[in-house]
Amino acid sequence: MSIWPSGFLMAFNHQEQRGSGNYDLDIPAMAASMRTRHTLVLALALFLLLVAFVAAICLGSTAIPLQSVIGALSGQLANGNPDFDIVLSIRLPRAITACLAGAALSVAGLQMQTLMRNPLADPFVLGITSGASLGVALVVLASGSTIGAFLSSGMGLGGGFAIVGAATLGGLLVLVPVLAISVRLQNPSTVLIFGLMTGYAVSAFVTLLVAGARPDQLERWIAWGFGSFSAVTWTELQVLAPVAMLGLVVACVSIKPLNALLLGENYARSMGLNTRAMRLVTMAAASMLAGVVTAFCGPIGFLGVAVPHMARAMLKSSDHRVLVPATILLGALTALLAQLVSLLPTNLGVLPLNAVTALIGAPVVVFVILRSRNGVFAG
Amino acid sequence: MSASLQTHDLAVGYRSHGKSRTVLRNINVQVSPGELVCLLGVNGIGKSTLMRTLAGMEPALGGSVAINGADITRMSQYDLARSVAVVLTERVAVGSMPAFKLVELGRYPHVGWSGLLSDEDRAIVRDAVIAVGAEHLAHREINELSDGERQRIMIARALAQRPAVLLLDEPAAFLDVSARVEIVATLRRLARERNVAVVLSSHDLDLSLRMADTIWLIDGAGRMHIGAPEDLLADGSISAAFSGPNIAFSAGDRTFKIREHPYGKAFVGGTGEGVSMARTVLEREGFEIAHSPEGALVVVAIDASGWHARGRAGNGSGTRFAELARFVREETGVIAMEAQQ
Repeated sequence: MSIWPSGFLMAFNHQEQRGSGNYDLDIPAMAASMRTRHTLVLALALFLLLVAFVAAICLGSTAIPLQSVIGALSGQLANGNPDFDIVLSIRLPRAITACLAGAALSVAGLQMQTLMRNPLADPFVLGITSGASLGVALVVLASGSTIGAFLSSGMGLGGGFAIVGAATLGGLLVLVPVLAISVRLQNPSTVLIFGLMTGYAVSAFVTLLVAGARPDQLERWIAWGFGSFSAVTWTELQVLAPVAMLGLVVACVSIKPLNALLLGENYARSMGLNTRAMRLVTMAAASMLAGVVTAFCGPIGFLGVAVPHMARAMLKSSDHRVLVPATILLGALTALLAQLVSLLPTNLGVLPLNAVTALIGAPVVVFVILRSRNGVFAG
Repeated sequence: MSASLQTHDLAVGYRSHGKSRTVLRNINVQVSPGELVCLLGVNGIGKSTLMRTLAGMEPALGGSVAINGADITRMSQYDLARSVAVVLTERVAVGSMPAFKLVELGRYPHVGWSGLLSDEDRAIVRDAVIAVGAEHLAHREINELSDGERQRIMIARALAQRPAVLLLDEPAAFLDVSARVEIVATLRRLARERNVAVVLSSHDLDLSLRMADTIWLIDGAGRMHIGAPEDLLADGSISAAFSGPNIAFSAGDRTFKIREHPYGKAFVGGTGEGVSMARTVLEREGFEIAHSPEGALVVVAIDASGWHARGRAGNGSGTRFAELARFVREETGVIAMEAQQ
């Protein structure tokens, strides 16, 4: 019997374990097997998006058969035919708006989640949308027009860009301090609470601004606050579409640096990324995306936080090369679905869009919080 | 051979609000290709600041850093990233991603804006994975890897950058002992096989002294001592830097000893590995190890059957060191009581 514990030195003699020599390291094959899944998810999302788009045009307060829709789109139905008017001047711009807004908010959420390394970041939660509302309210008040005037068709393109600019700046007004806090305090929940509080403070300010409005103006302001894709006509789309597309293009072009940021700013910088420039560009793009949507559709919540997580879960990947396109497709799809749900025949009339997106998004947020002990971002 | 990394009168420190605070100055060091350097020093002395400055992540407060003869302040961020790669203490949390994808991120400074990898890039990634012995980890989710495995992948990522200089700031700080040994052994092999200049900062004195070609030692006054581990042990600079009022670093067996010996002397005799273990038990319980049984309060003999001890309170024997420790504690109780009377 030996008195010397035999295992004692084992830890020190434990030489490095090298991968067994016969291990077949076929990286292209590994990449290909991932690619199969990603292609399937993207194809499915695209297909569902097309179906939802067609449904969004066919369904509504009056059901229009697919034939008439095709007729209206191909110009076979005469101008003045009620179906033609409904499809071309109401449902088509509404569906396009839903797609753009959903994609824009979701991509803004994805950009902020990666930039702040915070799985719960999104334009609404962190108060960017409130900031954008402030911008909208200020422009409307400063221009001397009535609060609800920008919702009516008399806005014109110049006014449209002015409001988008103000909404973007308002968004930045909140995003910059939130981001500064998030760089200093690494704790995601602290940042989240800071963002929420900033959002509340800004919202309170907006409430003070609109408090003096006439009852009918107030009503329209509140209706705007419910969120809606219906107020956007072809005129407004001329502003919304290019601005949203610009933001989405920025996101697509910055896929490579977004991936580098997954490792954190220190590593990203060590690999040659200009993190300061990247932060500025991403902040500007996220504010612009959230700002333009808020200006035209109202403060729409939860899409930004929920959709990127849905994309990650479906792809089982945080690689932005697939995450950005999937977030665009799923964002557009989710917004279209929310739009369809809000039109469900109930005795409440048209449901507020914000209520629908909250019902979709809030469970996702709760799920992320519950799971974050093991970590969506944390290992 | 020309140096991969060389500093000239380098001063490092912090700069904030227009004021700068120099932590270390007059640093003149160099690393050759294939050399493994360990940077040692007590916590807070400026190891991380120096590493970050060498990596170009922090501006130098004076002097210069050159990589392969080129001043890093004149290099573009991308050129610097192609020459220097880093591995940091911080845990990365990249979400869901197989390990090889993370290694692919190391090609960042070499690929175009799209980030798409060529066949050559993929070959380099594969090579980096093999170099750190992580073939069996490549397909696994980063989230599912242990800390040690993840740090191994981070080293592969750094290698995929194809750097001339690899800088690692406390890469093993939160790893367990065996993973720590593995990481440093891997780095040593990489330095040799890939002809990379490797600098790692560490507070694992024992491991660094065993593995490094060269030690950069920062002493309490912020002076840099450079030499082979044995040189710095022999001239006493390691002992001086790491000894405190209550602990002493002994150069001979490269361990720390608690300096207080309030109870007196003890002697351990016998043969085998057990002798040195019995000595550490007695030292831990507050005895000074004497060279002869004369004047010793406790005498321990080690043989194949176990330990046999004689003390003030009586005799004892046993097979486990825990029993020896209990015996010694009873002794110290008696000795303390005698001292009071």
